[in-house]
Amino acid sequence: MKPRQKRIALIVGGLAALGIASAFVLNALDSNIAFFVSPSEIAAGKAPQGKAFRVGGMVKDGSIMRDNLTVSFVITDTASDIKVSYTGILPDLFKEGKGAVAQGRINPDGSFTATEVLAKHDENYMPPEAGHAIEQAQKAQKTIQQ
Amino acid sequence: MIPELGHFALLLSLFVALAMGILPLVGAQRNHPQWMAFARPVTALSFLLIAFSFACLTWAFYTNDFTVQYVAAHSNSQMPTMYRLSAVWGGHEGSLLLWVLMLAGWAGAVALFSRQLPDAMVARVLGVLGLVLFGLLAFVLFTSNPFERLLPGAEEGRSLNPLLQDPGLVYHPPLLYMGYVGMSVAFAFAIAALIAGQLDAAWARWSRPWTTVAWLFLTLGIALGSWWAYYELGWGGWWFWDPVENASFMPWLVATALIHSLAVTEKRGSFKNWTVLLAIAAFSLSLLGTFLVRSGVLTSVHAFATDPSRGLFILILLAIVVGSSLMLFAARAPKVSLGGAFALVSRETFLLINNVLLVVACGAVLLGTLYPLIVDAFGLGKISVGPPYFNTVFVPIMLPLLVLVAIGPVARWKHADLKVILVKLWPAAAVALLAGIALPLLAGEWQAYVALALALVGWMVAALVLQTIDRMKAGTPTASWWGMQLAHFGLAAFVVGVAMVSNYQEERDVRMTPGETVTVGGHSFKFLGVRDAAGPNYNASVGSFELTRDGKVMRMLHPEKRDYGPGSMPMTEAAIDASLARDVYVSLGEPLDADKENGAWAVRVYFKPFVDWIWGGCLLMALGGLLAASDRRYRLKVKAQAATANIANKAGAAA
Repeated sequence: MKPRQKRIALIVGGLAALGIASAFVLNALDSNIAFFVSPSEIAAGKAPQGKAFRVGGMVKDGSIMRDNLTVSFVITDTASDIKVSYTGILPDLFKEGKGAVAQGRINPDGSFTATEVLAKHDENYMPPEAGHAIEQAQKAQKTIQQ
Repeated sequence: MIPELGHFALLLSLFVALAMGILPLVGAQRNHPQWMAFARPVTALSFLLIAFSFACLTWAFYTNDFTVQYVAAHSNSQMPTMYRLSAVWGGHEGSLLLWVLMLAGWAGAVALFSRQLPDAMVARVLGVLGLVLFGLLAFVLFTSNPFERLLPGAEEGRSLNPLLQDPGLVYHPPLLYMGYVGMSVAFAFAIAALIAGQLDAAWARWSRPWTTVAWLFLTLGIALGSWWAYYELGWGGWWFWDPVENASFMPWLVATALIHSLAVTEKRGSFKNWTVLLAIAAFSLSLLGTFLVRSGVLTSVHAFATDPSRGLFILILLAIVVGSSLMLFAARAPKVSLGGAFALVSRETFLLINNVLLVVACGAVLLGTLYPLIVDAFGLGKISVGPPYFNTVFVPIMLPLLVLVAIGPVARWKHADLKVILVKLWPAAAVALLAGIALPLLAGEWQAYVALALALVGWMVAALVLQTIDRMKAGTPTASWWGMQLAHFGLAAFVVGVAMVSNYQEERDVRMTPGETVTVGGHSFKFLGVRDAAGPNYNASVGSFELTRDGKVMRMLHPEKRDYGPGSMPMTEAAIDASLARDVYVSLGEPLDADKENGAWAVRVYFKPFVDWIWGGCLLMALGGLLAASDRRYRLKVKAQAATANIANKAGAAA
């Protein structure tokens, strides 16, 4: 092969590989992102249907109920609540009155079944999404009061 | 008094670092030998000052000086001494002080072990390191001063996050930082060579051992972090694609590409521009990692207390580093010669593909890590990118790499013959086929993924043997060659671990009352109950499980649930029975009845085949790196060259 042909072959090969890789990566990204939705947004009917998403806020005081390995609790952003159920072992830092984020799907009856529950590893730390949800809800409430 | 001395030393080191960053660089540019000679002593001075400052902070922790804010926030007098000392880097401020200490330490090592390098090169490398050091010291002093006083002092400290009260904290951050910060040396060599306009084989040879050593520390640091998460977090996983894990993994991928491309630059003089870009990228990604961890922009287990102003500072620092080095690169790159030409089939090409794959993999990880930030920044909502994304993207990119690992080392430089490669490697292909068919059957059931992975392992290992036989014919191989073989063998071991544990592991969350038995992977766990026990600064509920296999009692396992007192969080300590072929793992969830001692508990049991091969493989890779870096060639040849240069100088002087 002449050097010119070789260079063209390398460039074409590189671009083709890059194109395939990008298409593949973007496709994988598209099917594996989970949107974050606050309890207020769920109440307003803005939850994605048939797709997993995340909901975050505070675990409402007195809402944790256990039935063997299935735990149900209420996540609140102070304006709206969502009932969540989860089967399995919760993270150490999962507590009433603390921030938590649950990932899962919404059921036809409006409750939420979590496949994963995240609570962070420092008692003073609030997961950013959970903090954000509460902030938004409180802002919304203030606007209503005015 | 002592914290003030530490603070003062740190402040002083800021000015010393500035001098270290300016004088030698100017001296090298204007050819003032005295200014260049200034580089080594001023590097030593900055290291001593920072080391003194670090010692002062350590002293404050050792003596429980709770008038220092940072100490009060991260330690208390009940904590065992070992954890009090490692708590020095248990928080943001101290870990950054460790960062700068390591940076100064690397600079000191360069000053000490570079006697054979030309003075101008040493001056430039240390100068660049001085500038980086200045930037980070300013960051520590202005946004994260660990010596800030708390007046009046606290009676007792807040204690360290229980998660961090573990031997993992003693080793993981220092090793990881050694790797992270070590990338600055590769970066400094690249920038120094760019400034001097001397991108040549000599530069590549000088920076190779440094890059390899930094890479091996990074490898160890990441592996240790993974192991720590595995046994300490109680989740049983070894990699979560957590943003902070990714932050350390991205520099690793680029550094791996860099050590391969440096080989080409040294041996063949090609890939120079590319190598320089990789060196800049590896260091920039280390800084980006620091930004991601410290700014709190991402949800992660590592995101403890955070402060946006710190994030901004690192972002600016990152912009300056990337911007200025790319500008310098743009100015110098067109003048760089292309080096030796090579045919389409040659070792250069295989290494090029290796580099492209590693960089693409890094790009995919970067995209997944930053995508939530980008989406959020554009106000398109908050999202998270899950592990499935990383697995679907990362694994297919890595598979061709495993095929190439066998081919690259038998291909000749410049021009290789495919037929010769085929003749050399066909037995490996046969071994691969056999391994793919037979080994998964031995392990249990035949699965396509496992078959593919084990076929690749068979291919790699057989090729390693063939390569070794082939190489021995040409005389005794060098240490660096053995290092490569060992590291590649480590990669094969790593793949075994990943394939086996991903496809054959069993995990169960169950409700257990005392006397009940649960079975995973042929191992039975009989729950005998939970009792209370007191530790040095915690109370624990200790479970007892009898592990049996084939009716034989093997041992007792005692997972714990620890309570570190009010205001602190509970901690799960898993109990693991480890062996070469499998780990069995049990951890306690929550009590499900009011009666903790005799009631039911939520219990998590795992069977993890070959999981230890993952970390064992990483250890072998790191040892391979050590062997490669210890090659006498790196010292001898440079000496020889320096000698020639000396002779030339003398001849010049005589003339």
